[in-house]
Amino acid sequence: MNEMENVIRLTIPAKPEFVSVARLASSGAASRMGYSFDAIEDIKVAISEACTNAVSHGYKQMGNGQIHITMDCEPNAMTITVTHNGESFDASRVLQKLRPLDPSIDLAEVSEGGLGLFLINALMDQVTISTEYGVAVRMTKFLDRDGVVHGVDKVSTTR
Amino acid sequence: MNISIEREEKDKKLNYVSVEGEIDVFTAPELKKELLPLTEITGGTLTLNLNQTKYMDSTALGVIVAALKSAVKHNCHFTVTGMSPRIQRLFEITGLMDILKKKR
Repeated sequence: MNEMENVIRLTIPAKPEFVSVARLASSGAASRMGYSFDAIEDIKVAISEACTNAVSHGYKQMGNGQIHITMDCEPNAMTITVTHNGESFDASRVLQKLRPLDPSIDLAEVSEGGLGLFLINALMDQVTISTEYGVAVRMTKFLDRDGVVHGVDKVSTTR
Repeated sequence: MNISIEREEKDKKLNYVSVEGEIDVFTAPELKKELLPLTEITGGTLTLNLNQTKYMDSTALGVIVAALKSAVKHNCHFTVTGMSPRIQRLFEITGLMDILKKKR
């Protein structure tokens, strides 16, 4: 089987109004592959967060770049890679600082941003970030064939 | 995809904002623009209803954190209602639920 066979490629302008296009495409692909409602929603948030980071940080909202997306639909997993050639960052430093909001600190100190990568990490099964040239976020969601039942459980569970 | 923001003013100090659609990097600024002035009404009550919100991500959570901060600063009572189990999960994972509960 040709290994390229089940890969969807999409390039969108690095502008806020196109992030929903990537989200819709991921939703269609995930639905086609048989993911549960909850897993599809996880994938939609993850791809949106990666694209939002590219728009907001990679290109500083200037909208002069492009975001390259590949969705590799394997039999048991979907791997999405979101790549941009805009400004990079120190991934290891950022990844170490990933944490949810802290209710014990003063509200004025609570950050209004920085939850994007945290959510990607929480919602996807495997995440790797490469910052060698631009930024590439590679994230995998495994397809659990019994996912419908598990997915329903997951709604009420705090992870 | 756009959002439709409906605002209902019971009186000057009692406001309801309902969001229909998807809140993301494109639409979140619109919500922020609508919401923030209402959090600056001292002694007011502001309710954000997410009953018709089909999708949201960290950009929406950021707007809610900003609204909560401003509300507390201006002594305005801010609450979020109508969360779907899905949206509730995002609130819980990110810790925003604990922060909302603490400030209520």
